[in-house]
Amino acid sequence: MRRQLPFILVFLSGAFMVFQYFVPHESSEFVYEFLLDWLTIIGGFAMVLGIWSLIRVSYDKIQRKRENWGYSVITLAGLFSMIFFGITNWQDGFGFYILQADGLNNPMFVHFFDYILIPIQATMFSLLAFFIASAAYRAFRARSVIASLLLLAALIVMMRFNPLFGAWIEDVANWLMNVPNLAAQRAIVIGLGLGMVATALKIILGIERGYMGQG
Amino acid sequence: MKRSSLLVLAVVVILFAISWILKANQLSATEENYILEAFLITFAAFLTLSVLSFLYKDNPFYKFAEHLFVGVSAAFWMCLGFWSTLVKNLIPRLSEGLSEFFNEPYMPGDYNFFFWIPVILGILLLMRLSKEHGWIARWPLAFIVGTTAGLNFVRYLRSDFIEQISATFVPLLIEWQGVGHFFSNFNLAIDGQFVMMLSNWVIFVGVMCGLIYFFFSKEHTGVFGTASRVGIWILMITFGASFGYTVMGRISLLVGRLTFLFKDWLGLIS
Repeated sequence: MRRQLPFILVFLSGAFMVFQYFVPHESSEFVYEFLLDWLTIIGGFAMVLGIWSLIRVSYDKIQRKRENWGYSVITLAGLFSMIFFGITNWQDGFGFYILQADGLNNPMFVHFFDYILIPIQATMFSLLAFFIASAAYRAFRARSVIASLLLLAALIVMMRFNPLFGAWIEDVANWLMNVPNLAAQRAIVIGLGLGMVATALKIILGIERGYMGQG
Repeated sequence: MKRSSLLVLAVVVILFAISWILKANQLSATEENYILEAFLITFAAFLTLSVLSFLYKDNPFYKFAEHLFVGVSAAFWMCLGFWSTLVKNLIPRLSEGLSEFFNEPYMPGDYNFFFWIPVILGILLLMRLSKEHGWIARWPLAFIVGTTAGLNFVRYLRSDFIEQISATFVPLLIEWQGVGHFFSNFNLAIDGQFVMMLSNWVIFVGVMCGLIYFFFSKEHTGVFGTASRVGIWILMITFGASFGYTVMGRISLLVGRLTFLFKDWLGLIS
């Protein structure tokens, strides 16, 4: 019962989603829309699991005074402050309200987003420019035809907005992105699509059961 | 804590305070909440520099920014999910009183009671936290996995397989009016006949050769091996172009951060 019922549920819900595509009827689409809404709502509950897991791991680290436990305090402080500002709001400059729908417009919530989240995220991604450039310096050597093609394509795309080379390089870079790049991406996507379809079929038919875990 | 670490910390705190005061002084003429605004800009600059300090090596300032980011971003997505999914989609369909409490317009409907099912499934999902009754969480998980698998089956079959193959079969001779006409009007313009034909040939041959490269059930020798080698060339061009594209994206982010530091924080550029 503990394992069989979930497999039946997987089969029924998966088979219905496939079946409804071939039945373009109003009621079928109505149920389809319903199920999509359900997925989003259950996903909302799943988020609680993630937050709880983060709190538990951080709390455990602090309680046992593990290495670098002080940083877990920072994580929890950031988490709880942001949650607090996200579910509260000040109105008319003095009133304090909890669980107001415009919690996302709370000035402190917006400040946390603009001055903490965005700067760290953008800088972290920009760090990759340095690492990727250093990796390229070591790896990009024109030692063979394929290595030269890699190097040339990368150089053309990187130089495309450089005014020194004129408009032609932009045309060539755009052509590279829209034609050979598209061809290889398409070959990859076709393979990926087949893999996804096969996996989905294995899950619906109960051949792939790894997601259910042990026990 | 080592004495040198304390010294570095003290220097950073002093520099932060000086920067805050100078920025507040600069903003006092234009901003109403200039003290808060100055603090936020200085703090954002501190976080930017903390993350950039990782280029030297892993250090406490980077770790501080990293851990703060984890907490704040998790809470951000949770709040966003709470307001946009649960409050906007679920509550207006379940209860008039709660809708009023959350200032959301009530959405009456004949089938609204069905929305209790995802609520029950969501609560069952939380049973995962219980060691004894954790197995119950498999039911909502099964629903999520099954529905997603069904959705993906059709979606990927259509968009990643059928439509991609259909888009690959393009005309290889465009506006063909004979060899003489072709050579007399030959040019390298991007929208010219030659480039458009070349593009279609590259797409068709490129996809075929790319697929042959990924086909491992036959040994890559002879004609098959040649096609596979052409596939590698096309893939290499793609990897190079994707690499260049990614680098440019990251560089533009870096330019954005440097602009923030030199313009918004230090005010060195106008």
